[in-house]
Amino acid sequence: MAAFAGRMWMFWAAWLSSCLTVTVAVDRGNFKTCDQSAFCKRQRAMTPGQSPFRALLDTLELSDSRLTLQLINDNNKVRLLLELYRLQGNMTRVKINELKPLKPRYEVPDILVTDPPTEPLSVVSRDENGVVLSLGAEACRLIVSAQPFRLDIMEGPQVLLSLNSRGLLMFEHLRPRKDTQSDPEGSERVEDPANADQPPTEKAPDEENAKEDESGMWDETFKSHTDSKPNGPSSIGLDFSLPGVEHVYGIPEHADDLKLKTTDGGDPYRLYNLDVFQYELYNPMALYGAVPVLLSHSPQRTMGIFWLNAAETWVDISSNTAGKTVFGKMLDYVQGASETPQTDVRWMSESGIIDVFIMLGPKPADVFSQYASLTGTQSFPPLSALGYHQCRWNYNDQEDVRAVDAGLDEHDIPYDFIWLDIEHTDGKRYFTWDSSKFSQPREMLQGLMDKKRKMVAIVDPHIKVDSGYKIHNEIRAKDFYIKNKDGADYEGWCWPGSAGYPDFTRPDMRAWWASMFAYDQYEGSMENLYTWNDMNEPSVFNGPEVTMHKDAIHQGAWEHRDVHNLYGFYVQMATAEGLIQRSGGVERPFVLTRAFFAGSQRLGAVWTGDNAAEWGHLKISIPMCLSLGLVGISFCGADVGGFFKAPSTELLVRWYQTGAYQPFFRAHAHVDTPRREPWLFGPENTAVIREAIRQRYGLLPYWYQLFYHAHRTGQPIMRPLWVEYPEDAATFTMDDQFLLGRDLLVHPVTEEGARGVTAYLPGRGEVWYDIHTFQKHNGAQNLYIPVTISSIPVFQRGGSIIPRKLRIRRSTSCMENDPYTLFVALSPQRTAVGELYIDDGHTFAYKENKFIHRQLTFANNTLISRNLVPDSSFSTASWIERVLIIGAHKPSKVTLRTADGAESPLEFEFDATSSVLTIRKPGVNAGADWMMVLH
Amino acid sequence: MFRLQVFLIVSLGAALGAAVEVQRPRGVPLEKRHFYDESRPFTCLDGSRTIPFDRVNDDYCDCKDGSDEPGTAACPNGSFHCTNAGFRATFIPSSRINDGVCDCCDTTDEYNSGVSCQNTCRELGQKERETLEKMAEITREGFLLKRQLIEEAKQGLQEKQGKLSELQASRKEHEEKVDALRTVKETAEQPEREAKERHLKAWEAQKAALQLEKEKAKMAEVFLELDGDADGLVSVSELQTHQELDPDGDGALTDTEAQGLLSGADKVDSAGFQNVWSNIKDKYVSEVRGPSCLLLKSGETDFWLEVSVHSYPEDDAGDEEDDEEEDDDDDVPEEYDDKVTCHRCRPMCATCSSLPESLEKEISFDFGPSAEFAYLYSQCYELTTNEYIYRLCPFNRVSQKPKYGGSETNLGSWGSWNGPEGSKYSIMKYDHGTGCWQGPNRSTTVKLTCGKETAVLSTSEPSRCEYLMEFSTPAICQEPPSLETVAPETDPHDEF
Repeated sequence: MAAFAGRMWMFWAAWLSSCLTVTVAVDRGNFKTCDQSAFCKRQRAMTPGQSPFRALLDTLELSDSRLTLQLINDNNKVRLLLELYRLQGNMTRVKINELKPLKPRYEVPDILVTDPPTEPLSVVSRDENGVVLSLGAEACRLIVSAQPFRLDIMEGPQVLLSLNSRGLLMFEHLRPRKDTQSDPEGSERVEDPANADQPPTEKAPDEENAKEDESGMWDETFKSHTDSKPNGPSSIGLDFSLPGVEHVYGIPEHADDLKLKTTDGGDPYRLYNLDVFQYELYNPMALYGAVPVLLSHSPQRTMGIFWLNAAETWVDISSNTAGKTVFGKMLDYVQGASETPQTDVRWMSESGIIDVFIMLGPKPADVFSQYASLTGTQSFPPLSALGYHQCRWNYNDQEDVRAVDAGLDEHDIPYDFIWLDIEHTDGKRYFTWDSSKFSQPREMLQGLMDKKRKMVAIVDPHIKVDSGYKIHNEIRAKDFYIKNKDGADYEGWCWPGSAGYPDFTRPDMRAWWASMFAYDQYEGSMENLYTWNDMNEPSVFNGPEVTMHKDAIHQGAWEHRDVHNLYGFYVQMATAEGLIQRSGGVERPFVLTRAFFAGSQRLGAVWTGDNAAEWGHLKISIPMCLSLGLVGISFCGADVGGFFKAPSTELLVRWYQTGAYQPFFRAHAHVDTPRREPWLFGPENTAVIREAIRQRYGLLPYWYQLFYHAHRTGQPIMRPLWVEYPEDAATFTMDDQFLLGRDLLVHPVTEEGARGVTAYLPGRGEVWYDIHTFQKHNGAQNLYIPVTISSIPVFQRGGSIIPRKLRIRRSTSCMENDPYTLFVALSPQRTAVGELYIDDGHTFAYKENKFIHRQLTFANNTLISRNLVPDSSFSTASWIERVLIIGAHKPSKVTLRTADGAESPLEFEFDATSSVLTIRKPGVNAGADWMMVLH
Repeated sequence: MFRLQVFLIVSLGAALGAAVEVQRPRGVPLEKRHFYDESRPFTCLDGSRTIPFDRVNDDYCDCKDGSDEPGTAACPNGSFHCTNAGFRATFIPSSRINDGVCDCCDTTDEYNSGVSCQNTCRELGQKERETLEKMAEITREGFLLKRQLIEEAKQGLQEKQGKLSELQASRKEHEEKVDALRTVKETAEQPEREAKERHLKAWEAQKAALQLEKEKAKMAEVFLELDGDADGLVSVSELQTHQELDPDGDGALTDTEAQGLLSGADKVDSAGFQNVWSNIKDKYVSEVRGPSCLLLKSGETDFWLEVSVHSYPEDDAGDEEDDEEEDDDDDVPEEYDDKVTCHRCRPMCATCSSLPESLEKEISFDFGPSAEFAYLYSQCYELTTNEYIYRLCPFNRVSQKPKYGGSETNLGSWGSWNGPEGSKYSIMKYDHGTGCWQGPNRSTTVKLTCGKETAVLSTSEPSRCEYLMEFSTPAICQEPPSLETVAPETDPHDEF
């Protein structure tokens, strides 16, 4: 479910009708533009090239791990402290804070997995206007220029990235409130005694005083909501220039193309977690989650900028080539006179400090590793979570759950999870069950368990204010609620009516919340019940922009303004911890969240929120999940079928086919839409949907292995093509197709009435095989593929080996002991490599190397299975059922040699038309050493 | 991998009391046993290829049709036969063999998965037999009731048709009477009509003249009315039936006073009545509740039939104009205004005149092949749940009302029979109910099940604003087959 929708319509009907825009799309008027967000407006009003900041080189201090230096704002004499770190793994960290802030400014905790390890910085040279620092190998230099202050990172003669090169560094220092209310002219200002603490005792020039009068500094009103801003202006901003870069990506979540657009003349991309009702496509408006990470890419280098700030943030992007036509660019090139292409990025946040990590790549995989070393990798989900999820707002009662479960069996459609939305609770009191509709939850869960299936029930963070509700009473007793600006418990309106919002930024609150998932606390729960955190932006129906007031107070007297984008992260963190704890630390959790932040990848899955049953929303699911994958969050999916509205049958079928090849595969629907379980659209469509889901289940061994890699290395699962083909400029803007890992290329059909699609197969000198027909195609070409309603164009890269399980059963755990079929797709050099990863599928035992991880190689007509991790131990009942060698020649015989040295012949079939060699029943255990030779 | 047991000893004979052992590969139904002869190579049942017999059930799929692996999960399209002795034999997809879930009640699908299944065939068989017996009884009794219903419906239909033609006849009769009266009136109105046609543009100028004609028309009516003995003369005694005409207001219209009103005469003819009219018109109250309505009696139902006697030239004009006229004619006392009286009787007239139509409508409904559903017409059935009272009025509408107050919601009006081909009358569809926000109009599907009682059994809302109701009625009960064929023992798939 979710959304601030449905039943809330009554509240909105009144003022919807007052607005003339009676449209089904987002009501933009509910959300701020940059112009309506005072700090964004102030920052955008700055003139480039007039930076008042100067580095005071004589304050430079260099220790082993860091360099510090003071900056001074010549306009107001406020001093800042710059810290520079050289981090392990080719990263640079730049921190800027006030030297002596009036009170501490918020520094985001809990997002970095460790204090990033540093490497020594050394001064290479120094003069009166700058310092050159060595960043280690390869002539990598960091240049600090004093006046105007700027930083440049260079490799050899090439500038990789510059900071404050446009002079847009902004740091609104904390200041005592001037008595401007009683003296609107502000003519006669008394020097505030608190200012005596400030090192600059010079009186601030008039210009600065004039700025103090700007509206929105000490309070700000949007629609009927006034933000009291007791701390006054506190925003920060900084510009980054990326010479040689024309393509930037990331900073999700936005319903927009993969390649970020320039924002000149429009609003910047906004990062502010919001519950946006019926969001619009292709615009920079904020959505449910925020990951302040931007990737830049050129054929030469991939880099990343991680702006660690949890306050409302806007990102402006401009480019000197944006307006140019291809011809214009060519002309520049021919004339040789032109400037190099450059992209400028500017970050603006409402509060906190500047804390930015520059990930220097140089390859895409390096950036992913660098970012993973900071914020962690994708959590390793239970295998079952990679199956198909059947959801709806709402499955009405236990009988409904039983009937849907039976319906899926009757139509032989596999699934692993059935989901319960908010209506399963007793009056939207989470951790409870509706006593008449779900009177026997354990019985229901046991019924699912008997079929080796699982359930997810929703637990939202808004807590009904009701003295008869245990959860509320305990939170109130422990004083865990967020406070409003006056110090009372903050209350907002959400599904249950009046609700409190627990302060998830508190570790003690999170620990308590986690304890509520214990089987003896969460009545009716069992080990096959998992959790969904929705509305955790947080959504507050009657709050400004449908979220919490920024002047609400969290623990430590931090304003909600400082921590807003972290709230959803913490909710999921506490919930995931609860699921781990209830099993005594044995079982992997599975928690879906709608709101997220940098680091949320460590906690579970994310979905793209309340989309709609429209073709455009199907299409946008690809760039939205690709963008999330680039910034670490691989476990991403969109509501299959579209949440709002009723999909046409064709759209539903196409969405199943697309979702089957995206990491999180869940069908979901709004309560007001007609039922749409897969068998409700006639036998032909049921068959097509079933086939899509079965393809998913067949490929689960590969999916699982991709998740294992993502968990170990931080490499994305769903990848834009440029990640694997970084020099192929044809791929840089592609977002209608994607790679899964390296080896599968998917081009889903996302056009209504499509008769064919044109897929781009990358890689000069490579080949790709259609996974359904095994037809071979050359790389580096656009391939037209005729399609029917049952087509899902997917290709396996020549040179890869992909394991599948072809005995599709009703759930993943039913398939646990089933044998594998290896799909060996030969490269033009007649080689291939792949892996096989197996573990118990649901516990943390893999951390103690309780797994099988094998490398499969095919070369010289020999297929070999080798142990990749010799000290691992796990035994499986699974065996190798079949080997398909695609693009093969016909051998005269095939032999198998097992670990004991025994050699035996294997039967095989060869299909000359498709060049597929099928080797019958090697029969070896999937964890064993073996070798297969084609003679 | 595991070595699989190729042959299964199927133990039969729970029914016979003695064991009969038949050897055949696991998962093969008895009737296909002869295709699996271990002494010969096996030919896939689709004939696509022949393989050595040791490849049957060797956990590798060789046949495209899956026929070589009837007892393993190796083929994606295979099926496994559970004998289910004591219950009903069945096929399950091969993918459910050894998947850790007990599917066959005889446990034979889980022979190597480690899960321990209980053999529940005997209980299931017992339960099914009981259910079937119960069903058979309900069907039997229900069907008897249905026969009765059909008989009643037949009679009811005849009666209704009779009543309808009677009504139609009497209506015709009354319409004729009315026509006669109208003729009188229209004769009087004729000049007025003509005046209207001729002088439409000079309407205002003509108004006074028209008014006079109107007066005349009224007068003619009153004359007719007063002339109780229809001798063409109004007498003193006839006038005295209208005490309200009493000129001195003492409550009694004496002979002298009446004679005075008749300008001293004992009787006046219609021409002489003109003078009398001007004396009495201010006070005269019609005996009939307005001259425009006649009381009709039909069967046991009293109803008003409207007769239009508007003297105003624009008979068809809307009420607004009528009102205007009332306002204009300040001099005409309200009692005299036929419009007023007609306003009063119109609603009654509306109901009475629609009765024959409703009968026609009822007769036109599809009450099933033998009108067995006719008894549901104009009945309503309720079911109270935790939150709501649901009300089904067959062939009319479905509604929902909150139990603890609140307004009723229309869940759909009668649409049509909507069952699948062959059992059209098993489902009723009600649609075009109250609209849903962002959703469809509410609609209800009523599933009919055979039962002795007529009652709403359950309601649910499987999809937002799409309701499902289970409704039991004897009218849907099918003629029970002879008892022998009901028992599970004779199921054609069973192997006893």
